[in-house]
Amino acid sequence: MELLGYFNYWVFAIVFVIGLYAVIAKLNLIKKLLGLAIFQSAVFLMYITMDKVEGGTAPIIQKGVEGQLYSNPLPQVLILTAIVVGVSMTAMGLAIVVRIKEAYGTIEEDEILDSDHTA
Amino acid sequence: MIEVVFGVFLLTLLVITAVAVVRTENLFVAVMLMSIFSLLMATNFFILDAADVALTEAAIGAGITTVIFLGALALTARREKRSPNGRFATLGVISVLAALMIWATFDKPRLGDPNAPVHQHVAPWYLEQTPELMGIPNVVTAVLGSFRGYDTLGEVFVVFAACIGVLFVLSAGQGLDRGLFAPDPESEGLRHHLIPKVVGRLLVPFIVLFGLYVQFHGEYGPGGGFQAGAIIATGLILYALLEGEASALNALPRSVLLGMVVGGALLYTGVGVVGMLLGGNFLDYSVLMSDPVIGQQVGIVLIEAGVGITVCGSLLSIFHAFAAREAR
Repeated sequence: MELLGYFNYWVFAIVFVIGLYAVIAKLNLIKKLLGLAIFQSAVFLMYITMDKVEGGTAPIIQKGVEGQLYSNPLPQVLILTAIVVGVSMTAMGLAIVVRIKEAYGTIEEDEILDSDHTA
Repeated sequence: MIEVVFGVFLLTLLVITAVAVVRTENLFVAVMLMSIFSLLMATNFFILDAADVALTEAAIGAGITTVIFLGALALTARREKRSPNGRFATLGVISVLAALMIWATFDKPRLGDPNAPVHQHVAPWYLEQTPELMGIPNVVTAVLGSFRGYDTLGEVFVVFAACIGVLFVLSAGQGLDRGLFAPDPESEGLRHHLIPKVVGRLLVPFIVLFGLYVQFHGEYGPGGGFQAGAIIATGLILYALLEGEASALNALPRSVLLGMVVGGALLYTGVGVVGMLLGGNFLDYSVLMSDPVIGQQVGIVLIEAGVGITVCGSLLSIFHAFAAREAR
Protein backbone atom coordinates (compact mmCIF):
# COMPACT_ATOMS: atom_id res chain seq x y z
CA MET A 1 0.00 0.00 0.00
CA GLU A 2 2.87 2.30 0.89
CA LEU A 3 4.44 1.61 -2.49
CA LEU A 4 1.29 2.70 -4.38
CA GLY A 5 2.17 6.26 -3.38
CA TYR A 6 4.95 6.11 -5.96
CA PHE A 7 2.84 4.60 -8.73
CA ASN A 8 2.25 7.94 -10.48
CA TYR A 9 5.98 8.56 -10.68
CA TRP A 10 6.59 5.09 -12.12
CA VAL A 11 3.99 5.72 -14.80
CA PHE A 12 5.67 9.06 -15.46
CA ALA A 13 9.04 7.29 -15.97
CA ILE A 14 7.56 4.62 -18.27
CA VAL A 15 5.48 7.00 -20.41
CA PHE A 16 8.46 9.36 -20.58
CA VAL A 17 10.76 6.69 -22.05
CA ILE A 18 8.03 5.44 -24.41
CA GLY A 19 7.91 8.94 -25.89
CA LEU A 20 11.69 9.11 -26.00
CA TYR A 21 11.80 5.74 -27.77
CA ALA A 22 9.48 7.03 -30.51
CA VAL A 23 11.58 10.16 -30.97
CA ILE A 24 14.83 8.15 -31.27
CA ALA A 25 13.88 4.90 -32.99
CA LYS A 26 11.04 5.88 -35.33
CA LEU A 27 12.05 7.33 -38.68
CA ASN A 28 8.62 8.69 -39.62
CA LEU A 29 8.52 12.41 -38.79
CA ILE A 30 4.85 12.43 -37.75
CA LYS A 31 5.54 9.48 -35.44
CA LYS A 32 8.43 11.45 -33.94
CA LEU A 33 6.09 14.38 -33.24
CA LEU A 34 3.56 12.01 -31.65
CA GLY A 35 6.40 10.67 -29.50
CA LEU A 36 7.35 14.20 -28.53
CA ALA A 37 3.73 14.87 -27.48
CA ILE A 38 3.74 11.72 -25.29
CA PHE A 39 7.08 12.74 -23.79
CA GLN A 40 5.69 16.17 -22.98
CA SER A 41 2.50 14.76 -21.42
CA ALA A 42 4.63 12.57 -19.13
CA VAL A 43 6.35 15.67 -17.75
CA PHE A 44 2.94 17.31 -17.22
CA LEU A 45 1.86 14.22 -15.26
CA MET A 46 4.90 14.50 -12.98
CA TYR A 47 4.23 18.13 -12.14
CA ILE A 48 0.52 17.60 -11.54
CA THR A 49 1.27 14.59 -9.32
CA MET A 50 3.25 16.89 -7.04
CA ASP A 51 0.32 19.28 -6.52
CA LYS A 52 -1.93 16.69 -4.87
CA VAL A 53 -2.56 16.96 -1.12
CA GLU A 54 -4.32 14.12 0.67
CA GLY A 55 -7.88 15.14 1.56
CA GLY A 56 -7.50 18.30 -0.49
CA THR A 57 -9.57 19.66 -3.35
CA ALA A 58 -9.07 21.88 -6.41
CA PRO A 59 -7.73 25.32 -5.38
CA ILE A 60 -11.02 27.20 -5.70
CA ILE A 61 -11.59 28.79 -2.33
CA GLN A 62 -15.14 28.58 -1.01
CA LYS A 63 -16.34 31.30 1.32
CA GLY A 64 -17.34 30.16 4.78
CA VAL A 65 -15.54 26.82 4.55
CA GLU A 66 -12.86 26.63 7.20
CA GLY A 67 -10.02 24.14 7.46
CA GLN A 68 -10.36 22.85 3.91
CA LEU A 69 -7.08 21.68 2.34
CA TYR A 70 -6.38 22.80 -1.22
CA SER A 71 -3.99 21.31 -3.76
CA ASN A 72 -0.97 23.37 -4.74
CA PRO A 73 -1.95 25.92 -7.43
CA LEU A 74 1.56 26.72 -8.67
CA PRO A 75 2.39 23.53 -10.67
CA GLN A 76 -1.09 23.79 -12.17
CA VAL A 77 -0.51 27.29 -13.54
CA LEU A 78 2.84 26.19 -14.94
CA ILE A 79 1.39 23.18 -16.74
CA LEU A 80 -1.76 24.96 -17.95
CA THR A 81 0.31 27.36 -20.01
CA ALA A 82 2.76 24.60 -21.01
CA ILE A 83 -0.09 22.66 -22.65
CA VAL A 84 -0.94 25.67 -24.82
CA VAL A 85 2.71 26.16 -25.77
CA GLY A 86 2.82 22.42 -26.57
CA VAL A 87 0.03 22.67 -29.14
CA SER A 88 1.71 25.71 -30.75
CA MET A 89 4.95 23.75 -31.02
CA THR A 90 3.18 20.71 -32.49
CA ALA A 91 1.44 22.87 -35.09
CA MET A 92 4.72 24.51 -36.09
CA GLY A 93 6.42 21.10 -36.34
CA LEU A 94 3.63 19.68 -38.48
CA ALA A 95 3.75 22.69 -40.80
CA ILE A 96 7.46 22.02 -41.38
CA VAL A 97 6.75 18.29 -41.92
CA VAL A 98 4.18 19.21 -44.60
CA ARG A 99 6.78 21.34 -46.40
CA ILE A 100 9.36 18.53 -46.12
CA LYS A 101 6.88 16.14 -47.72
CA GLU A 102 6.37 18.59 -50.60
CA ALA A 103 10.09 19.12 -51.11
CA TYR A 104 11.29 15.50 -50.75
CA GLY A 105 8.16 13.47 -51.47
CA THR A 106 8.58 11.50 -48.25
CA ILE A 107 8.47 11.94 -44.49
CA GLU A 108 10.78 9.04 -43.61
CA GLU A 109 14.03 10.33 -42.15
CA ASP A 110 16.34 7.79 -43.85
CA GLU A 111 14.88 8.50 -47.32
CA ILE A 112 15.27 12.25 -46.77
CA LEU A 113 18.92 11.79 -45.77
CA ASP A 114 19.51 9.50 -48.77
CA SER A 115 18.17 12.03 -51.25
CA ASP A 116 20.29 14.72 -49.58
CA HIS A 117 23.42 12.62 -50.06
CA THR A 118 22.74 11.72 -53.69
CA ALA A 119 21.86 15.29 -54.66
CA MET B 1 -9.21 3.98 -1.38
CA ILE B 2 -11.54 3.87 -4.39
CA GLU B 3 -9.72 6.96 -5.68
CA VAL B 4 -6.38 5.12 -5.58
CA VAL B 5 -7.78 2.08 -7.41
CA PHE B 6 -9.34 4.32 -10.07
CA GLY B 7 -6.07 6.23 -10.44
CA VAL B 8 -4.04 3.03 -10.88
CA PHE B 9 -6.55 1.75 -13.44
CA LEU B 10 -6.41 4.97 -15.48
CA LEU B 11 -2.62 5.18 -15.35
CA THR B 12 -2.31 1.57 -16.54
CA LEU B 13 -4.61 2.39 -19.46
CA LEU B 14 -2.41 5.42 -20.14
CA VAL B 15 0.70 3.26 -20.48
CA ILE B 16 -1.11 0.77 -22.74
CA THR B 17 -2.35 3.59 -24.99
CA ALA B 18 1.13 5.13 -25.20
CA VAL B 19 2.63 1.78 -26.25
CA ALA B 20 -0.13 1.34 -28.84
CA VAL B 21 0.50 4.84 -30.29
CA VAL B 22 4.18 4.03 -30.80
CA ARG B 23 3.65 0.48 -32.11
CA THR B 24 0.88 0.97 -34.68
CA GLU B 25 2.01 1.56 -38.26
CA ASN B 26 -1.22 3.18 -39.38
CA LEU B 27 -0.73 6.86 -38.61
CA PHE B 28 -4.47 7.57 -38.63
CA VAL B 29 -4.94 5.00 -35.86
CA ALA B 30 -1.95 6.46 -33.99
CA VAL B 31 -3.49 9.95 -34.04
CA MET B 32 -6.84 8.64 -32.83
CA LEU B 33 -5.13 6.73 -30.01
CA MET B 34 -3.25 9.91 -29.15
CA SER B 35 -6.61 11.64 -28.68
CA ILE B 36 -7.64 8.87 -26.26
CA PHE B 37 -4.27 9.24 -24.51
CA SER B 38 -4.99 12.95 -23.94
CA LEU B 39 -8.47 12.24 -22.64
CA LEU B 40 -7.07 9.68 -20.16
CA MET B 41 -4.43 12.21 -19.15
CA ALA B 42 -7.16 14.83 -18.56
CA THR B 43 -9.07 12.40 -16.34
CA ASN B 44 -5.90 11.75 -14.37
CA PHE B 45 -5.36 15.47 -13.89
CA PHE B 46 -8.91 15.72 -12.59
CA ILE B 47 -8.32 12.94 -10.05
CA LEU B 48 -5.18 14.78 -8.95
CA ASP B 49 -7.32 17.87 -8.10
CA ALA B 50 -6.15 19.96 -11.05
CA ALA B 51 -9.51 20.93 -12.57
CA ASP B 52 -8.18 23.81 -14.68
CA VAL B 53 -5.41 21.71 -16.20
CA ALA B 54 -7.84 18.85 -16.90
CA LEU B 55 -10.12 21.21 -18.81
CA THR B 56 -7.19 22.57 -20.84
CA GLU B 57 -5.85 19.12 -21.67
CA ALA B 58 -9.29 17.87 -22.73
CA ALA B 59 -9.96 20.88 -24.97
CA ILE B 60 -6.49 21.24 -26.47
CA GLY B 61 -4.89 17.79 -26.27
CA ALA B 62 -7.89 15.69 -27.19
CA GLY B 63 -9.60 18.25 -29.43
CA ILE B 64 -7.40 20.73 -31.28
CA THR B 65 -4.16 18.68 -31.48
CA THR B 66 -6.02 15.76 -33.06
CA VAL B 67 -7.56 18.00 -35.71
CA ILE B 68 -4.19 19.57 -36.57
CA PHE B 69 -2.54 16.13 -36.79
CA LEU B 70 -5.33 14.90 -39.09
CA GLY B 71 -4.89 17.99 -41.26
CA ALA B 72 -1.19 17.23 -41.58
CA LEU B 73 -1.85 13.52 -42.29
CA ALA B 74 -4.10 14.43 -45.21
CA LEU B 75 -1.16 16.33 -46.73
CA THR B 76 1.53 13.72 -46.04
CA ALA B 77 1.14 9.96 -45.57
CA ARG B 78 -1.37 7.62 -43.99
CA ARG B 79 1.06 4.82 -43.16
CA GLU B 80 4.49 4.61 -41.67
CA LYS B 81 7.22 2.52 -43.28
CA ARG B 82 9.03 -0.06 -41.19
CA SER B 83 12.17 1.19 -39.50
CA PRO B 84 14.05 -1.89 -38.40
CA ASN B 85 17.59 -0.85 -37.57
CA GLY B 86 18.72 0.36 -34.16
CA ARG B 87 15.62 -0.79 -32.30
CA PHE B 88 17.37 -2.99 -29.76
CA ALA B 89 20.07 -0.47 -28.93
CA THR B 90 17.36 2.15 -28.29
CA LEU B 91 15.32 -0.29 -26.21
CA GLY B 92 18.40 -0.99 -24.10
CA VAL B 93 19.15 2.68 -23.53
CA ILE B 94 15.61 3.63 -22.60
CA SER B 95 15.24 0.60 -20.29
CA VAL B 96 18.31 1.70 -18.35
CA LEU B 97 16.95 5.26 -18.23
CA ALA B 98 13.54 4.04 -17.01
CA ALA B 99 15.15 1.88 -14.33
CA LEU B 100 17.26 4.80 -13.11
CA MET B 101 14.26 7.13 -13.01
CA ILE B 102 12.13 4.59 -11.12
CA TRP B 103 14.97 4.08 -8.65
CA ALA B 104 15.15 7.85 -8.17
CA THR B 105 11.40 8.09 -7.39
CA PHE B 106 11.94 6.39 -4.02
CA ASP B 107 13.56 9.63 -2.83
CA LYS B 108 10.43 11.60 -3.67
CA PRO B 109 7.64 12.24 -1.17
CA ARG B 110 4.61 9.94 -1.50
CA LEU B 111 1.61 11.03 -3.59
CA GLY B 112 -0.50 13.46 -1.53
CA ASP B 113 1.96 13.82 1.35
CA PRO B 114 1.00 17.13 3.04
CA ASN B 115 4.56 17.54 4.37
CA ALA B 116 6.17 17.42 0.92
CA PRO B 117 8.59 20.35 0.39
CA VAL B 118 6.55 21.64 -2.55
CA HIS B 119 3.61 22.43 -0.21
CA GLN B 120 5.76 24.23 2.39
CA HIS B 121 7.40 27.06 0.50
CA VAL B 122 5.39 29.77 -1.31
CA ALA B 123 2.18 27.89 -2.15
CA PRO B 124 0.45 28.55 1.23
CA TRP B 125 1.04 32.28 0.79
CA TYR B 126 -0.90 32.30 -2.50
CA LEU B 127 -3.73 30.25 -0.99
CA GLU B 128 -4.01 32.64 1.98
CA GLN B 129 -3.53 35.97 0.22
CA THR B 130 -5.57 35.46 -2.98
CA PRO B 131 -8.98 36.05 -1.33
CA GLU B 132 -7.72 39.23 0.33
CA LEU B 133 -5.72 40.73 -2.55
CA MET B 134 -7.85 39.61 -5.49
CA GLY B 135 -11.24 38.71 -4.08
CA ILE B 136 -11.69 35.87 -6.58
CA PRO B 137 -12.10 32.24 -5.54
CA ASN B 138 -10.04 30.48 -8.22
CA VAL B 139 -6.40 30.70 -7.11
CA VAL B 140 -5.13 29.26 -10.40
CA THR B 141 -6.74 32.09 -12.37
CA ALA B 142 -5.43 34.66 -9.88
CA VAL B 143 -1.85 33.41 -10.18
CA LEU B 144 -2.13 33.06 -13.95
CA GLY B 145 -3.70 36.46 -14.56
CA SER B 146 -2.12 38.72 -11.99
CA PHE B 147 0.66 37.32 -9.79
CA ARG B 148 2.34 35.78 -12.81
CA GLY B 149 0.92 38.10 -15.47
CA TYR B 150 4.27 38.66 -17.18
CA ASP B 151 4.69 34.98 -17.83
CA THR B 152 1.18 34.60 -19.23
CA LEU B 153 1.84 37.56 -21.52
CA GLY B 154 4.88 35.63 -22.76
CA GLU B 155 2.74 32.54 -23.41
CA VAL B 156 0.25 34.61 -25.40
CA PHE B 157 3.10 35.84 -27.57
CA VAL B 158 4.36 32.27 -28.04
CA VAL B 159 0.91 31.32 -29.39
CA PHE B 160 0.94 34.48 -31.53
CA ALA B 161 4.40 33.65 -32.91
CA ALA B 162 3.44 30.03 -33.62
CA CYS B 163 0.38 31.19 -35.56
CA ILE B 164 2.42 33.63 -37.64
CA GLY B 165 5.07 30.94 -38.18
CA VAL B 166 2.59 28.33 -39.39
CA LEU B 167 0.96 30.85 -41.73
CA PHE B 168 4.36 31.77 -43.18
CA VAL B 169 5.54 28.19 -43.61
CA LEU B 170 2.30 26.94 -45.15
CA SER B 171 1.39 29.90 -47.35
CA ALA B 172 4.74 30.04 -49.13
CA GLY B 173 4.91 28.39 -52.55
CA GLN B 174 1.26 28.89 -53.40
CA GLY B 175 -0.15 31.61 -55.59
CA LEU B 176 -2.21 34.40 -54.09
CA ASP B 177 -5.36 33.32 -55.91
CA ARG B 178 -5.12 29.75 -54.67
CA GLY B 179 -4.51 27.97 -51.44
CA LEU B 180 -4.57 30.23 -48.46
CA PHE B 181 -6.70 32.96 -49.89
CA ALA B 182 -9.34 31.19 -51.93
CA PRO B 183 -10.95 28.08 -50.44
CA ASP B 184 -12.08 25.45 -52.88
CA PRO B 185 -15.78 26.13 -53.58
CA GLU B 186 -16.27 22.43 -54.41
CA SER B 187 -15.45 21.30 -50.88
CA GLU B 188 -18.71 20.78 -49.11
CA GLY B 189 -17.55 19.14 -45.92
CA LEU B 190 -19.96 16.63 -44.48
CA ARG B 191 -23.04 18.44 -45.75
CA HIS B 192 -24.44 15.35 -47.43
CA HIS B 193 -23.97 13.06 -44.46
CA LEU B 194 -27.23 13.21 -42.58
CA ILE B 195 -26.21 12.14 -39.06
CA PRO B 196 -23.08 14.34 -38.62
CA LYS B 197 -25.02 17.23 -40.13
CA VAL B 198 -28.02 17.01 -37.80
CA VAL B 199 -26.10 16.20 -34.63
CA GLY B 200 -23.20 18.56 -35.39
CA ARG B 201 -25.44 21.52 -36.14
CA LEU B 202 -27.21 20.99 -32.84
CA LEU B 203 -23.89 20.85 -30.98
CA VAL B 204 -22.08 23.88 -32.42
CA PRO B 205 -24.05 26.62 -30.59
CA PHE B 206 -23.83 24.78 -27.28
CA ILE B 207 -20.07 24.27 -27.61
CA VAL B 208 -19.59 27.99 -28.26
CA LEU B 209 -21.94 28.89 -25.40
CA PHE B 210 -20.02 26.59 -23.07
CA GLY B 211 -16.78 28.23 -24.21
CA LEU B 212 -18.16 31.65 -23.31
CA TYR B 213 -19.26 30.32 -19.92
CA VAL B 214 -15.77 28.95 -19.28
CA GLN B 215 -14.32 32.32 -20.31
CA PHE B 216 -16.44 34.51 -18.05
CA HIS B 217 -16.84 32.09 -15.17
CA GLY B 218 -13.10 31.39 -15.03
CA GLU B 219 -12.63 33.52 -11.93
CA TYR B 220 -15.18 31.52 -9.95
CA GLY B 221 -14.75 27.99 -11.26
CA PRO B 222 -12.30 26.06 -13.37
CA GLY B 223 -11.72 27.89 -16.61
CA GLY B 224 -10.16 30.94 -18.19
CA GLY B 225 -8.95 32.34 -21.46
CA PHE B 226 -6.79 29.44 -22.64
CA GLN B 227 -9.53 26.84 -22.16
CA ALA B 228 -12.31 29.06 -23.50
CA GLY B 229 -10.34 30.01 -26.62
CA ALA B 230 -9.68 26.35 -27.36
CA ILE B 231 -13.32 25.29 -26.74
CA ILE B 232 -14.74 28.04 -28.97
CA ALA B 233 -12.19 27.15 -31.66
CA THR B 234 -13.29 23.51 -31.42
CA GLY B 235 -16.90 24.50 -31.99
CA LEU B 236 -16.02 26.62 -35.02
CA ILE B 237 -13.77 23.86 -36.44
CA LEU B 238 -16.73 21.46 -36.13
CA TYR B 239 -18.76 23.99 -38.14
CA ALA B 240 -16.02 24.10 -40.79
CA LEU B 241 -15.94 20.30 -40.99
CA LEU B 242 -19.73 20.13 -41.41
CA GLU B 243 -20.32 22.99 -43.82
CA GLY B 244 -16.99 23.05 -45.65
CA GLU B 245 -14.09 25.48 -45.59
CA ALA B 246 -15.82 28.08 -47.74
CA SER B 247 -18.84 28.67 -45.50
CA ALA B 248 -16.68 28.73 -42.38
CA LEU B 249 -14.47 31.40 -43.96
CA ASN B 250 -17.58 33.29 -45.04
CA ALA B 251 -18.73 33.39 -41.45
CA LEU B 252 -15.29 34.31 -40.08
CA PRO B 253 -12.93 35.56 -42.81
CA ARG B 254 -9.16 35.21 -42.45
CA SER B 255 -8.75 38.92 -41.86
CA VAL B 256 -11.06 38.71 -38.83
CA LEU B 257 -9.10 35.73 -37.49
CA LEU B 258 -5.79 37.57 -37.87
CA GLY B 259 -7.39 40.62 -36.26
CA MET B 260 -8.36 38.43 -33.31
CA VAL B 261 -4.79 37.11 -32.98
CA VAL B 262 -3.31 40.62 -32.99
CA GLY B 263 -6.19 42.25 -31.10
CA GLY B 264 -6.08 39.83 -28.17
CA ALA B 265 -2.33 40.29 -27.70
CA LEU B 266 -2.79 44.08 -27.98
CA LEU B 267 -5.60 44.06 -25.43
CA TYR B 268 -3.37 42.21 -22.95
CA THR B 269 -0.41 44.53 -23.49
CA GLY B 270 -2.75 47.54 -23.50
CA VAL B 271 -4.04 46.71 -20.02
CA GLY B 272 -0.43 46.65 -18.85
CA VAL B 273 0.36 50.00 -20.47
CA VAL B 274 -2.78 51.63 -19.07
CA GLY B 275 -1.64 50.49 -15.62
CA MET B 276 1.67 52.25 -16.24
CA LEU B 277 -0.05 55.44 -17.41
CA LEU B 278 -2.14 55.46 -14.22
CA GLY B 279 1.03 55.40 -12.15
CA GLY B 280 1.45 51.71 -11.36
CA ASN B 281 3.88 49.12 -12.71
CA PHE B 282 3.44 47.30 -16.02
CA LEU B 283 0.60 44.76 -15.56
CA ASP B 284 -0.23 46.11 -12.10
CA TYR B 285 -4.03 46.09 -12.12
CA SER B 286 -4.69 47.56 -8.69
CA VAL B 287 -4.44 51.11 -10.07
CA LEU B 288 -7.16 50.53 -12.67
CA MET B 289 -9.97 51.31 -10.21
CA SER B 290 -10.10 53.31 -7.00
CA ASP B 291 -10.48 50.08 -5.00
CA PRO B 292 -7.36 47.93 -5.63
CA VAL B 293 -9.27 44.62 -5.23
CA ILE B 294 -11.88 45.65 -7.83
CA GLY B 295 -9.02 46.88 -10.04
CA GLN B 296 -7.39 43.45 -9.87
CA GLN B 297 -10.68 41.80 -10.84
CA VAL B 298 -11.22 44.16 -13.79
CA GLY B 299 -7.62 43.58 -14.93
CA ILE B 300 -7.94 39.80 -14.74
CA VAL B 301 -11.23 39.78 -16.67
CA LEU B 302 -9.69 41.99 -19.40
CA ILE B 303 -6.47 40.03 -19.82
CA GLU B 304 -8.35 36.71 -19.76
CA ALA B 305 -10.48 38.09 -22.59
CA GLY B 306 -7.28 38.99 -24.47
CA VAL B 307 -5.89 35.49 -23.93
CA GLY B 308 -9.13 33.87 -25.09
CA ILE B 309 -9.36 35.99 -28.26
CA THR B 310 -5.72 35.33 -29.23
CA VAL B 311 -5.88 31.58 -28.56
CA CYS B 312 -9.16 31.17 -30.44
CA GLY B 313 -7.93 33.21 -33.42
CA SER B 314 -4.57 31.43 -33.57
CA LEU B 315 -5.96 27.91 -33.39
CA LEU B 316 -8.54 28.69 -36.09
CA SER B 317 -5.92 30.30 -38.34
CA ILE B 318 -3.65 27.27 -37.93
CA PHE B 319 -6.55 24.92 -38.73
CA HIS B 320 -7.47 26.87 -41.87
CA ALA B 321 -3.83 27.01 -42.98
CA PHE B 322 -3.64 23.20 -42.92
CA ALA B 323 -7.10 22.73 -44.39
CA ALA B 324 -6.59 25.13 -47.30
CA ARG B 325 -3.28 23.68 -48.47
CA GLU B 326 -3.63 21.25 -51.35
CA ALA B 327 -2.06 17.82 -51.22
CA ARG B 328 0.51 17.25 -53.93
